[in-house]
Amino acid sequence: MTHPVASRAPTREGFVAHLGRRSLEAGRALADISTWLPLLMGQMRRLGVDSVPIALFIAVFTGIVLSLLSSYIFTGTVPLYFVGALVGKTIMMELGPVLTGMALAGRVGASIAAELGTMKVTEQVDALETLAYDRYAYLVVPRVLAATMMFPVVTAFAVAVGVASGWITAINLLDLSSTEFLKGLKQFYQFKDLWFGLVKSASFGGAVALMGCLRGLSAQGGAEGVGQATTRAVVLGCEAILVLDAFWALVLL
Amino acid sequence: MILLDNLTKTFGPRTILNGVSLEVPDGQNTVIIGASGAGKSVTLKLIVGLIEPDGGRVLVDDEVVHDLDREELAALRGRIGYVFQFAALFDSLTVAENIQLGLVKRGFDGGVIRERIEESLAVVDLSGTEDKLPAELSGGMRKRVGIARAIALKPRYILYDEPTTGLDPITATVMDRLIIRTRDLGVTGLVVTHDMRSAFSVGDRVAMLYQGAIRQVGTVDEIQASEDPVVRQFIEGRPGPELVEPVARRSVG
Repeated sequence: MTHPVASRAPTREGFVAHLGRRSLEAGRALADISTWLPLLMGQMRRLGVDSVPIALFIAVFTGIVLSLLSSYIFTGTVPLYFVGALVGKTIMMELGPVLTGMALAGRVGASIAAELGTMKVTEQVDALETLAYDRYAYLVVPRVLAATMMFPVVTAFAVAVGVASGWITAINLLDLSSTEFLKGLKQFYQFKDLWFGLVKSASFGGAVALMGCLRGLSAQGGAEGVGQATTRAVVLGCEAILVLDAFWALVLL
Repeated sequence: MILLDNLTKTFGPRTILNGVSLEVPDGQNTVIIGASGAGKSVTLKLIVGLIEPDGGRVLVDDEVVHDLDREELAALRGRIGYVFQFAALFDSLTVAENIQLGLVKRGFDGGVIRERIEESLAVVDLSGTEDKLPAELSGGMRKRVGIARAIALKPRYILYDEPTTGLDPITATVMDRLIIRTRDLGVTGLVVTHDMRSAFSVGDRVAMLYQGAIRQVGTVDEIQASEDPVVRQFIEGRPGPELVEPVARRSVG
């Protein structure tokens, strides 16, 4: 016989109640500052600072390819100093935040989901609760806040390095001087280009960390369950980045 | 005193507890025995409010556990230590940090925390391991750190989930002595196990959980002299139709 609770179909009231409970839990966890604040710096270092090398690696090659591609497209039709404009705008507004976000969705999302998933299946999360800690305040809030704050910082470094590598490529491999590259870069630059990318990357950070935490905390079984939670966290993190990317483009441009 | 009153708990189609009633008297070790999957660990998790019952009540010091709000539950958990089956130590924290975690949450100052860590490690004969990580300890040592983490909070009650499972006979005996020593310090113990040697060694009272309900409860002598065929088969480790069939049904279900 099926248990009555198990057989009950989800209702709109049930969903609203669930959402309400979750919001209440999130609010309570955020208010528990004494629990999450001491953990915040460690997570900022782990999720942000430790992610800088991979983000810079991607940025270097993105800048090179973008510079070469734009010169290929512009040759004979558009003045070549537009290479600077295209490299700058594209890296600041789109490729910097999105590629960094995707790379960090793999690194940060997977690491969070695997860590929390292992803690869940080995009863460490239950142990935390028996020691009177709120699991969301201790595990979720510092990770989500750290990622939200650090993704823009990592993205800013990636943007700087990407533009610099595009510039170096342009003056060494293309028939372009520094003056011409910078002319293109400056002529079309708006402050909005920069903050638009950074706002996006903050939202990517929050989403990636939240997916990692929620999938990790819902892991069941043993190693297989943790593996599934990790894969799902990375996929959901990447999907969230793409959806948010479109959202911000619609809202802010 | 802990009182379980007609507890029921169902997971999907499986009824785990079906009217469990049991009194855990103060100052004694009560042992719940039963086959794997009988619901012993679920019973412990119901007592600390990690899961909610579908029916019935758990009373701890006359408070109904699942009626408590978050703060009241945290206060209640301060009075209950929980020793997990595989210790559930936090991998990234040292032994001292594992023990310190619950003390910090309760607002003790540094001096008291250091004192409690030393005291509790001395009780479990693990002085000098403060700076070791859980990965550097044997299974038995980890379980003893789990006990140290529980007793550092000076709880009224300690719940032990399969404390001797997976340990060699010598280490299992050490664990039994620790459980007795903890009771002699005035702590009420509730032990769940299917290790009959350990149950008879540490228990003042023994209750057998069978098909979701308490089959028999009594002193060690009463249980050893039981004429109930189910109890006899279990304590003698003699598979009979009453024990084998439900286990087989569970394993295919």
